[in-house]
Amino acid sequence: MSHVLLRNRSQSLALAFHRRTLIGCALALLALSGLLLLSLCLGSSVLTPTEVFSAAFQADSDHRFVVHTLRLPRALLAVLVGAGLGVSGAVLQQLVRNPLASPDIVGVTDGAAVAAVLFLAWGSALSLDWLPPLAIAGALVSSALIYGLAWRGGVLPIRLVLVGIALAAALKAITTLVLVMSPLSTTVRAYVWLTGSLYGAQWQDVGGLLPWSLTLLPLTLLFARQLGLMGMTDSHALGLGLAVARYRLLLLVCSVGLAGSAVAFAGGIGFVGLLAPHLARGLTGQTMVGRLIGSACTGAALVLIADLIGRTLFLPQDLPAGIFVSAVGAPFFIYLLYRRRH
Amino acid sequence: MLHTPFTKSLALSGCLLLTLVTGFASIALGQTAMSLDTVWQALFAYDDSVVNHIIVRANRLNRAVLAVLVGSSLAVSGALMQALTRNALASPSLFGINAGALFFVALAFTFLSLTSVSQFIWFAYLGAAVAGVLVYVLGMSGPAGLSPVRIVLAGAAMTALFVAFTQGLLILNQESLEGILYWLGGSVAGTSFDTMKPFVPFFLIALFATALLVRQINLMMLDEAVARSLGQRVLATRLALGAIVVVLAGGSVALAGMIGFIGLIIPHLARGLFGRDHRWVLPASALLGASLMLGADTLSRFIVPPQEIPVGALTALVGTPFFIIVARKRSPAL
Repeated sequence: MSHVLLRNRSQSLALAFHRRTLIGCALALLALSGLLLLSLCLGSSVLTPTEVFSAAFQADSDHRFVVHTLRLPRALLAVLVGAGLGVSGAVLQQLVRNPLASPDIVGVTDGAAVAAVLFLAWGSALSLDWLPPLAIAGALVSSALIYGLAWRGGVLPIRLVLVGIALAAALKAITTLVLVMSPLSTTVRAYVWLTGSLYGAQWQDVGGLLPWSLTLLPLTLLFARQLGLMGMTDSHALGLGLAVARYRLLLLVCSVGLAGSAVAFAGGIGFVGLLAPHLARGLTGQTMVGRLIGSACTGAALVLIADLIGRTLFLPQDLPAGIFVSAVGAPFFIYLLYRRRH
Repeated sequence: MLHTPFTKSLALSGCLLLTLVTGFASIALGQTAMSLDTVWQALFAYDDSVVNHIIVRANRLNRAVLAVLVGSSLAVSGALMQALTRNALASPSLFGINAGALFFVALAFTFLSLTSVSQFIWFAYLGAAVAGVLVYVLGMSGPAGLSPVRIVLAGAAMTALFVAFTQGLLILNQESLEGILYWLGGSVAGTSFDTMKPFVPFFLIALFATALLVRQINLMMLDEAVARSLGQRVLATRLALGAIVVVLAGGSVALAGMIGFIGLIIPHLARGLFGRDHRWVLPASALLGASLMLGADTLSRFIVPPQEIPVGALTALVGTPFFIIVARKRSPAL
């Protein structure tokens, strides 16, 4: 039997769980928690799991500072960022019906980047706390612009992609302009931000990102059924009774919010949104809910691993996680494209 | 669109005139403005005791020559790519060729500590070829066949990939950041004639080969089966044109960095004026590309004086609205 079916006695409500999705999601979550533990153990001082547990939950432990202040917020931020980017990518790929779309290719990330670089170059009078909200605002403005420019009596996915790529190029140009015109110290800082780094993550960052993740992730899951229908042609989805235009806008807002908030706190970590949905497809099956949860888990795992490599393998240097996501992601992406040819 | 050969040659002479005018402007205008007379004398009656003459010879002239070289190569390679793929959005920057060349050159800079330009010429060509072949193979094959969106997305993903790698290299090696950053933005400033010299034969050979292949290019605009039945060796022509594109675009990147959108805009303009006959479109593209590059480079000196803006950023800002218009117009039929 491939389903577990739950229904009430009058059979007015029924929920079907695909067995494969259930098992896949459970395994993915398990693997993710294992990775989380591993990233708390490893670092310039290696701890045992028991030490980590006692440090995380007891205030008087020797390793309290290392685990509770340094590693835990960083690992949690990596998980939230990765999950947000992964789900955002999964939604976007389904919306534009193309497996190559992702928030960093279609201009959402670049909008956040322009706002962040402008802030780093000329907003030094304000405190750094302003960076995340400004970056999110940048992502929202750029995606609204993309949506508006792609509008011609309705928004076709194809136009959305093309306009997105065009706008991404212009936004990248603006970023380069700002970088060249600002002093070198800002340039280096902005560059590290652009590559994407979790260095110096604190509890307040986790607290800042958490509300976004907690509202947008469940919301996306709630619309999983509509999202699944969006994968058909517009006329089919309409014929099945889906308010296509409304849900496209709604899901797009979810996707942009997730990507924008993730980028705001971790910088331009690329390729997660592109890769995570593909990885998830093999892992948690073809149902939309499974794919979303799977994308969240694989995205989180990707960022977590990349950050772990960046801060442990090259000690005492702490390299931006973004480099390693690209380094792992790019060859895999080429393989995916190659395999999908046929 | 122009129809008779007479009006077409008139328009082509107009393009030539435009190139000459922008060329003179690019030499005459800048932080130290010069009269046309001074420019003329510096070019044809050089006197090394006059400061302005030295500025023209050492700074402005090589800059203008490079702008012409890069602008025309990018425009011609864009026209070739659009003919080759029958895709209105094809151009070196959108297909990841620029980014590929950039990454390979940055790689050579960082790890091989190359000193002379003639050494990293080959890396630029290699990078352009690798990226071009990857995007073409990944985007063109499959059930969708010649789907423009697919190939543009493949190109965008490939660009993202190579740019991410380049950024990683830059962070590992922060000393070279400032120099490479300017080059990442694209610039034709500060390249001496000695640096350009090894590239020139390649550019000339590529342009000459383009001129020889012009009839084949016209046939490539047709359906593949039709082209074959007219006696075309489609594969051989494709390979030859691909090699030309790699030499033109890769060389431009090696000399001037990431300069986008010229290869997209100019062929459209040229086709709008001269129709689909590439005997007219290609020379017009070369001349218009050179003019646009010269104009953009001159403009880049005046936006935030005394600083100069990377000209690649300027062309991207100019090119984006154009791209969006093309995308909006074409997309329902895609």
